[in-house]
Amino acid sequence: MDALSRRRFLKISTATLGLATAGGAAGPLARRLAARAAGSAAPQGIRRIPTYCSICFWKCGAVATVKDGRLWKIEGNPDDPLSRGRLCPRGTGGVGAHFDTDRLTAPLIRRTTRGQDEWTAVTWDEAFAYIAERMQTIKAKYGPESVALFSHGIGGTFLKHTLQAFGTPNLTAPSGAQCRGPRDTGFNLTFGEDAGSPERTDIRNATCLVLIGSHLGENMHNTQVQEFADAVAAGASIIVVDPRFSIAAGKAKYYLPIKPGTDIALLLAWMHVLVTEELYDTAYVEKHGFGFDAFKAEIAPYTPEWAYPETGIEPEVIRATAREMARNKPSTLVHPGRHSAWYGDDAQRSRAVALLNALLGSWGRRGGLYAPVALDIPAYPYPPYPKPARGVADDPDDKYPFKLESISTGIREATISGRPYPIKSWFVYGTNLMESLPNQAETIEAIQHLDLMVVVDVVPSEITGWADVVLPESVYLERHDELNLNWFREPYVGIRQPVVEAPADQKPNWWIARELALKLGLGAYYPWKTIEEYLAYRVTKAGLSFDELTQKGILRGAPQPIYFDQGVPEEFPTPSGKIEFYSLQLRDKGHDPVPKYTRPEDPPPGAFRLLFGRAPVHTFSRTQTNPILDDMMHENEVWVNAGVAARYGLASGTYVRLKNQDGVVSNRVKVKATERIRPDCVYMVHGFGHTARRLTRTYLAGASDSRLITRVKVDPLMGGTGMNVNFVTLELEA
Amino acid sequence: MARFGMALDTTKCVGCMDCVVACKTENQVPEGFNRDWIAYQTDGLYPTLHMEIRSERCNHCDQPPCVECCPTGASHVEDFGKIVLVTENECIGCKACVASCPYEARFINPKGYADKCTFCNHRVEQGLDPACVSVCPTHCMTFGDLDDPQSAVSRQLAARRHHALKPDAGTEPRIFYLT
Ligand code: SF4
Repeated sequence: MDALSRRRFLKISTATLGLATAGGAAGPLARRLAARAAGSAAPQGIRRIPTYCSICFWKCGAVATVKDGRLWKIEGNPDDPLSRGRLCPRGTGGVGAHFDTDRLTAPLIRRTTRGQDEWTAVTWDEAFAYIAERMQTIKAKYGPESVALFSHGIGGTFLKHTLQAFGTPNLTAPSGAQCRGPRDTGFNLTFGEDAGSPERTDIRNATCLVLIGSHLGENMHNTQVQEFADAVAAGASIIVVDPRFSIAAGKAKYYLPIKPGTDIALLLAWMHVLVTEELYDTAYVEKHGFGFDAFKAEIAPYTPEWAYPETGIEPEVIRATAREMARNKPSTLVHPGRHSAWYGDDAQRSRAVALLNALLGSWGRRGGLYAPVALDIPAYPYPPYPKPARGVADDPDDKYPFKLESISTGIREATISGRPYPIKSWFVYGTNLMESLPNQAETIEAIQHLDLMVVVDVVPSEITGWADVVLPESVYLERHDELNLNWFREPYVGIRQPVVEAPADQKPNWWIARELALKLGLGAYYPWKTIEEYLAYRVTKAGLSFDELTQKGILRGAPQPIYFDQGVPEEFPTPSGKIEFYSLQLRDKGHDPVPKYTRPEDPPPGAFRLLFGRAPVHTFSRTQTNPILDDMMHENEVWVNAGVAARYGLASGTYVRLKNQDGVVSNRVKVKATERIRPDCVYMVHGFGHTARRLTRTYLAGASDSRLITRVKVDPLMGGTGMNVNFVTLELEA
Repeated sequence: MARFGMALDTTKCVGCMDCVVACKTENQVPEGFNRDWIAYQTDGLYPTLHMEIRSERCNHCDQPPCVECCPTGASHVEDFGKIVLVTENECIGCKACVASCPYEARFINPKGYADKCTFCNHRVEQGLDPACVSVCPTHCMTFGDLDDPQSAVSRQLAARRHHALKPDAGTEPRIFYLT
């Protein structure tokens, strides 16, 4: 951990900004609001309230419209640099989250054994009393560190605060070890900074864009998809590497149908071509590179001819695509991706992606990876947290020196083993752990060791079924939340504020976290009484107008330099202060200083590698009960190569079950027989196959990939769980 | 008088269905029905494939069979923009128009009348784009007056290769797909 440098992005003090510029009085929304105030064209009974979206973590600025007191629609906030006035389909369908009839409505306490899903509805006060009493008992017996939090998204902010005040260091999220953790480690080892969220990708200015497994267009990270369309329209060369002919592949100049698990071989061969043909950015590498000669020697054997039998990509194609990248450098962006926990060699693969970008000189350059900026809005002055007596429990043997965040699956392991110390309580916020962690049986086993499990959610997801106490949260359209202070192309701040009231006894996360803290005697950590007081304090302290922010939803700062040639300091906070082509920190810990390729295991005869990804109309496993999004996509399908399907006599629409190497059988799922996938793998959209009965709208619709992921390959650098290592057979429905 | 139509850039469209969702919320389209939808057309054999993605809807044809066959006159061409519309309270739900449409753009609303895309005439009258056009994250759709050579849609059609759906049906559709 300490071997890695922290990111050192530019924080923009609001004092130097001349705020109220770009999104100021002249912004289109402000103009419309002003017109409304003047009493012109406003239709009867229409209210428009700016907020920001929470259907995924991208946090797009939005404006919700309420008609005669009823939520009508939600659209992009034109002042928001992230959404540019347009939401993605999930965001547009976000109104369905409010109307979802499967929502949790009251706090629940478990009545029978765990997992039976039988409950007594209680008051909030009873729920907090129950939780606080058990937490105090756990603290007395095992210490405050024995409480862990698994959370996802900005809504977890206040619960984190309460639990840190309680004294635990065990805060974790599946978005690390199960998602972007490997990528962040690979980039950090190379550049000293990671790719960020939202990613610092200058897609719209790239003249060559390389997507390795990134399925933009199916993965709807709004800004990226918008910029992707811009790049396509501007004639950028798109190179797509994917075992599946993705939507992005349909826009590509080169589609490389790679054999799953062999990406490092392709990356090494590409780098080999760039170096041997001297097509790389020699001046940039000379100026910024560390250990280039050693790197060059390491990659010497990896010719395109060597990579061909591994990857299935012809040598001419490898050469042609490498030259295409070189022709467009430095405006060639090799996309870092996001979900990167695939095969267990993921941090090294991400490092290879980072190194390829380095050879092309794209880091810090237009059309590459820019240097993001953020507004410097001061934190609320809380008292310091108590110092936990023991460190994070996720990695007792110090096996993963290059993790940047705590390892969720490590906390799970500690819960089972009691090592390095017992974990006796889980708080789960905004993540359906049954679907977001691999190996469900292990999660269930861990839960058996708990004395207290609290789940905060909006719907009765699978994980709520295992809780002792379930706390129903209001959805984002019904609550305030923490400020949105993204690191992005330009500095800005966004506010989330309630548009409509919660339909029942659901409460916002900040209220839940605060009330719990009060019950625990931690009132000193909540000097503010309402969230508006908290938000107003911070915003005002930064010299901004809270009224203006609530009115506009977004305040933008003046544009800042984001490229080296605009004056961004050419600095790399690695140990050498340079881009580490050869990594001494890796070598010193016994890892490959330059990424190496290991051949993946082939599926046994008759079996297929199971791959998973996303659909544009759903987020993870949490939107399937949204009536609008459910109407767009009710169940997932298993993609099977058309030739393979024909051999099995499987027509599209036939139901099958998937059985994995450990004998786990999926729920039934429709076949999609298609030319758009290799014959050696099958693919599913993640998030379906719900088994929680109270998710009535989606119960048993489609199949869950997570349930079939009983095997992972652990990343030796940072503890990520490579999940695309499961093999399935197709079982015909009787 | 204007004659509204649309150009959709299939090279930018990612088929995300934002247009479908936006129509649904804007027009409160009942559950289980949609006024627009996405068609994915894939040709070739793996891995040499070509894919065209299209957001489809009522074509607001110049020669609309659905208007011709309507026994009550509920299905009609509006003066405003030559939009093909249904007057709900004049429709008897006989489904003749549903059967006559070569694009399968119509359905019977659970309330009993024929339903379909209106080009969001309530928005267009206010000078706004239809909801689908205004939300598209890829900016792949252009709406406007086909009779005005200076309109954005006319200029796109003049500059780009394009095709319409089922030209042989003789309906003279006004939705064009740029390729
Ligand atoms: S990308 Fe879509 S779901 Fe995510 S915040 Fe933006 S609009 Fe909402």
